[in-house]
Amino acid sequence: MDFYILAQQLINGITLGTIYGLIAVGYTMVYGVIRMINFAHGDVYMVSAYVAAIVLAVISFFGIQSVPFALISILIITCFVTAVYGWAIERVAYRPLRGSTKLAPLISAIGISLMLQSYVQIAQGARDQGVPILIQGALRFGGEEHFAQITYMQAIILIASLVAMGILTYVINHTRIGRQCRATQQNRQISAVLGVDTDRIISTVFVIGASTAAVGGTLVTFNYGSFNFFIGFVMGIKAFTAAVLGGIGSLPGAVLGGILLGLTEALFAGYVSTDYKDVFAFGLLIVLLFFRPYGLLGRPEIQKV
Amino acid sequence: MQENALLEFVGVHAHYGPVEALKSVDVHIRTGEIVSLIGANGAGKTTLLSTIFGSPRATGGRILHRGEDISRLPTNRIARRGIALVPEGRQIYQDMSVEENIMMGTTPIGMEHFNEDRATMFELFPRLKERRNQMAGTMSGGEQQMLAIARAMMARPELILFDEPSLGLAPLVVKRVFEVLSEIAAMGKTIFLVEQNANHALKLSQRAYVMVNGHIHLSGESAALLDNEDVRKAYLGLH
Repeated sequence: MDFYILAQQLINGITLGTIYGLIAVGYTMVYGVIRMINFAHGDVYMVSAYVAAIVLAVISFFGIQSVPFALISILIITCFVTAVYGWAIERVAYRPLRGSTKLAPLISAIGISLMLQSYVQIAQGARDQGVPILIQGALRFGGEEHFAQITYMQAIILIASLVAMGILTYVINHTRIGRQCRATQQNRQISAVLGVDTDRIISTVFVIGASTAAVGGTLVTFNYGSFNFFIGFVMGIKAFTAAVLGGIGSLPGAVLGGILLGLTEALFAGYVSTDYKDVFAFGLLIVLLFFRPYGLLGRPEIQKV
Repeated sequence: MQENALLEFVGVHAHYGPVEALKSVDVHIRTGEIVSLIGANGAGKTTLLSTIFGSPRATGGRILHRGEDISRLPTNRIARRGIALVPEGRQIYQDMSVEENIMMGTTPIGMEHFNEDRATMFELFPRLKERRNQMAGTMSGGEQQMLAIARAMMARPELILFDEPSLGLAPLVVKRVFEVLSEIAAMGKTIFLVEQNANHALKLSQRAYVMVNGHIHLSGESAALLDNEDVRKAYLGLH
């Protein structure tokens, strides 16, 4: 039945898309406040996968059996540890170069990216690592022969992403720190004049970006069960694409871009070809940028003189 | 050094690259005064205000606030000393509501007096109350100017710096802005006003400085400067 194939691709696409969205949040928020791309962000995601696996190992060592408890504590601890990486990247690669040329932090961030990859490769080995699939089973719709299913892990990905996005949206729109983030994004100089500690806000944004990426990293790790030191590269490019597609600097744009990219990939893989899904997805990005150079929800940057 | 100056520039220099924008400027403002700084476009008036917040940083001399040199402090620490700026071109947060813009003004002191101070601002600027949930960027220039003033006032500053508050506004609105300035002065705030509109500025202020090419050319009582032949010719367009 065509309907079930379509439904299945939609479920897969949206799940994949929310992951892209979670990681795109980091690109878009950092770009929002410093107008620069964090090229080490993909590797922050990669690090979070390893952190999640290590936390799982520690939790198992203590003989904790409850899967929901394990998953929630892994999520929380991984977010915290990865946040430290985000904070450190800003301190090491960006802050000392503030006021320097725009290209300098770009290079230092690529340096951090390579350093993280090499460090994980040396410390954890170059081969694929695995974690046991904690949650199996799926919810099925349809009959015996034709059906669509949403695995429990996919459901968890959707719920956890929604919760993470919900918390983030609340923090950005309704808290003091969130308001200061938006203020700094709109006008850094005047925000400092009004008393906002803009350095602290920039750190905060790196921390938020890293922890949302960690939510994505943890979920993907327990969905697929395997990872290596290089997964950050492809995921980084996909999430960056999602951020650009949605309009870089726009938070809802990042999520929208992620889901669109995920859906495009899944539909193309389901109906045409798995091999060319990335070609198609990136091709679509190029076409879209012809018509909307600032992305779907982005706005033209007004250059101040 | 001047006695009991609230803010004082002592031999301040500033550069934009190789260009010297301020050449040993001495200016002082006492508590409770309205002091204006007039001069032609490009004379360095805005630069002088900007050095208070450290961008550009003063490359020579000292900027004293209550006798303490603040010229090396981080920008955000200046606001916490009770100095607020109504910047040139308003610079309100276009993509925030009027209410949120006002909230941003409380950054140095926190939300403790928010409701009370907001009520005072809404009384002073009834239009802001009408438009409190509107995006600030959709308001007219005059309304945005009022918002920029309200935002600065929310920090309960002792000293407010105004950078060209009349720039780009219709004559009637300009008149209203200057009325607001004297109301603010009546609330006991010290005002340092940078203006191209010399006529209005000199009538409002008690003392004034005239800036030419990055240095202070003349200074004195505003009333005396209004009668000064040079000033009348150069800045008031009168004979």
